[in-house]
Amino acid sequence: MRDPRLEIVAERFTGIRRIIAVSSGKGGVGKSIVATTLALTLAKTGGRVGLLDLDFTSPSTHVILGVEGLYPEEEKGIVPPITHDLSYMSIVYYSADEPVPLRGADVSNALVELLAITRWGELDYLIIDMPPGIGDATLDLLRLIPRISFLVVTTPSRVAFESVRKLLLLLRETSTPVLGVVENMATKSLGYIRDKVEGLHFRYLGSLAFDPEIEDAIGDPAKLMATNFAKEIKGLSKKVSA
Amino acid sequence: MHEWALAEGIVSTAKKVAEEQGLTEVTEVKVMIGELQQVEHEIIEFALEQLRTPGMEKTKFVLEAAPAKFRCRKCSTEWGFKTEGLTDEVSEAIHFVPEMAHVYIKCPSCGSPDFEVVEGRGVWVAHIRGVRKDA
Repeated sequence: MRDPRLEIVAERFTGIRRIIAVSSGKGGVGKSIVATTLALTLAKTGGRVGLLDLDFTSPSTHVILGVEGLYPEEEKGIVPPITHDLSYMSIVYYSADEPVPLRGADVSNALVELLAITRWGELDYLIIDMPPGIGDATLDLLRLIPRISFLVVTTPSRVAFESVRKLLLLLRETSTPVLGVVENMATKSLGYIRDKVEGLHFRYLGSLAFDPEIEDAIGDPAKLMATNFAKEIKGLSKKVSA
Repeated sequence: MHEWALAEGIVSTAKKVAEEQGLTEVTEVKVMIGELQQVEHEIIEFALEQLRTPGMEKTKFVLEAAPAKFRCRKCSTEWGFKTEGLTDEVSEAIHFVPEMAHVYIKCPSCGSPDFEVVEGRGVWVAHIRGVRKDA
């Protein structure tokens, strides 16, 4: 008994130079906004960039991008449509933005299915917006996608970092490359996260200040790219693409 | 699942198994296809013809359908998959990602979306037969 999908998943990524999973142990830390803005920033610099939303139960990158009426093309699989210069793939094409009540094994099956049918072609970067935690999606990516590296997002909260710490330890245990940890929604410099990250011998990539303008820019990528947050992401993109 | 992607997966799996088992020629590949996948067997057969690789020139591909069966986790009702009443968009969504059944299908008794696909969800290679190097 063999699952034929598993044999083609790795092949689907052969034309992609860098695969970056934007992840966190904790929900609500801004993974999706960091992933989307990073993808838009890398695309602005002329790279061919893909954005894959793997948060099946709570997808949100389509809301940030203001995507409506898009649908993938069928060509010996599924070819992601291009929006705002990004090859963009999300479960919302198939869920019609309705609730997706999936249990663990179903999440895993849906993920394998989506990875097996999606034909990305040639890309410089694929940015993956991950669901929070160290559950099925994280374990499946570690199992199935070669050459993947992780950009880990936290907030200054000690509570958030406690979950992030567990993700970092899992990534170390599985010998997965970690680009570093970025501290999002920072209101003042406490140094707590930097000390903790460096204490674990991971790279602290800096902080992104809490930006009250972001909420008004949701659904409008041009407005989003004009925010101070996007300026700070530009600095982050130089660090992660170096 | 998309037929071409599936055909690619079947050929890659057969090739890998042939390498692992030292087969110089693959004579038969049997594939079970869950009904929930809603794949057109003719398209898979056509795709398999196009994707034949050395050692698989004469392979007989046997495709067998497995009916889908659901069981409600809340009230234990069991029922089968019916395409009647599903729009083309819904049918296509389930075709590409069968777990989308949980978005559109509810238990006929209690209306819960929390059900298990007991049978007929996936696609799996049931057996691969061939000729060994030393045979």
